Amino acid sequence: MLEFKDTVAEAVAGVQDGSTVMIGGFGNAGQPFELIDALLEGGARDLTVVNNNAGQADEGLALLIKEGRVRKMICSFPRQSDSWHFDAKYRAGEIELELVPQGNLAERIRAAGAGIGGFFTPTGYGTMLAEGKETRFLDGKWQVFETPIHADVALIKALRADGKGNLVYRKTARNFGPIMAAAAKQTVAQVSEIVPIGALDPENVVTPGIYVNTIVKVG
Amino acid sequence: MSEISTSAVSSGAAPKTSDAPLGRDDLARLVARDIAPGSFVNLGIGQPTLVSNYLTEEQDITLHTENGMLGMGPVAVGEQIDPDLINAGKIPVTELPGASYFHHADSFAMMRGGHLDVCVLGAFQVSAKGDLANWHTGAPDAIPAVGGAMDLATGAKDVYVMMTLLTKDGKSKLVPECTYPITGVGCVTRVYTDKAVFLIADDGVRVRETFGVTFDELAGLMDVPLLAG
Repeated sequence: MLEFKDTVAEAVAGVQDGSTVMIGGFGNAGQPFELIDALLEGGARDLTVVNNNAGQADEGLALLIKEGRVRKMICSFPRQSDSWHFDAKYRAGEIELELVPQGNLAERIRAAGAGIGGFFTPTGYGTMLAEGKETRFLDGKWQVFETPIHADVALIKALRADGKGNLVYRKTARNFGPIMAAAAKQTVAQVSEIVPIGALDPENVVTPGIYVNTIVKVG
Repeated sequence: MSEISTSAVSSGAAPKTSDAPLGRDDLARLVARDIAPGSFVNLGIGQPTLVSNYLTEEQDITLHTENGMLGMGPVAVGEQIDPDLINAGKIPVTELPGASYFHHADSFAMMRGGHLDVCVLGAFQVSAKGDLANWHTGAPDAIPAVGGAMDLATGAKDVYVMMTLLTKDGKSKLVPECTYPITGVGCVTRVYTDKAVFLIADDGVRVRETFGVTFDELAGLMDVPLLAG
């Protein structure tokens, strides 16, 4: 049942201690800062977070990591010039890291939402990141078996939602939103605008409302 | 820096087409010139992004950025800056007419599915067989980060590497076998360096042209056997 919440605090109330949480965004583009702030405020701990990065500077995901709420990061590119909170936790041995090539990360998330039990991909074959994984020679090349990544909750950012929960995004802020929405049991979308049913052109809907559980308008 | 000659002499040893090593911009200009008209191209992050400065309108190249866009335009300045419109290096960019946006799984399906004609990447090392090492130094205290490097290396039809030939210690980065952790196996097809352009061929490493060194001087800098022309 689709719900529209008045506050971000209500929107993230479903995140429990120990939850796996997908957080949309590539760097700051598409990162749902307001939902992350609410998660920080809400106090859930021992989280496994799935994001492309591991937080930047002193906001959003970086603060969640700084406050020790994240037990494990599943991401492709944690180390950046301003990832100091992740760097400190990692060096102190206080956060676990599962490093995944970016396309494998995206496809593993997509697979979860699409009901795929796993897939073979050439990406990463012969590298450290494929060590211990099953390989097969398929379609003329060596490929590595990868498994889906599911989540309890996805927190994403879209531009606009309609009354059916259909979403459209803005430019490169779309990034992980559509696939994370499908991969989580509960998807919470923060949007800049909510429009009436019928106001979005059905041809242009990017995430159909079937994947969305909770919508909150911010800003 | 003088103009790069466009006429390659095919007889004998690889031609020396410039009297001095190439600077970064000259190298970027050379890579740009070598990309076939109409290609779909990904320029990675860092030095390869310089290539975009030298692509011409006549080439009609479409740039892909892994975070979900085809038809990427130049870096945004002033009022063009939009936090929702960035490239793989998280730098604000612009969109060109005819651009399209898509989600991450589609963006990487484009790579993996062999739809990109060329990607240009930086490297720590390339092996004589075309193995690429560009994501991790392997140092025990380094925090690893891979991003889209492995997907690009594996997926693009042609993988061009841009790098200086030698390390600061004067050692060749084109090596018999990579000593750094690899990004992809046998994926590199060309290596553009300040001293020469190398083609990774089935029969070995061919030198297409040299800059500021002769073929023999180049061979003396490296442990990899070189084929001329």
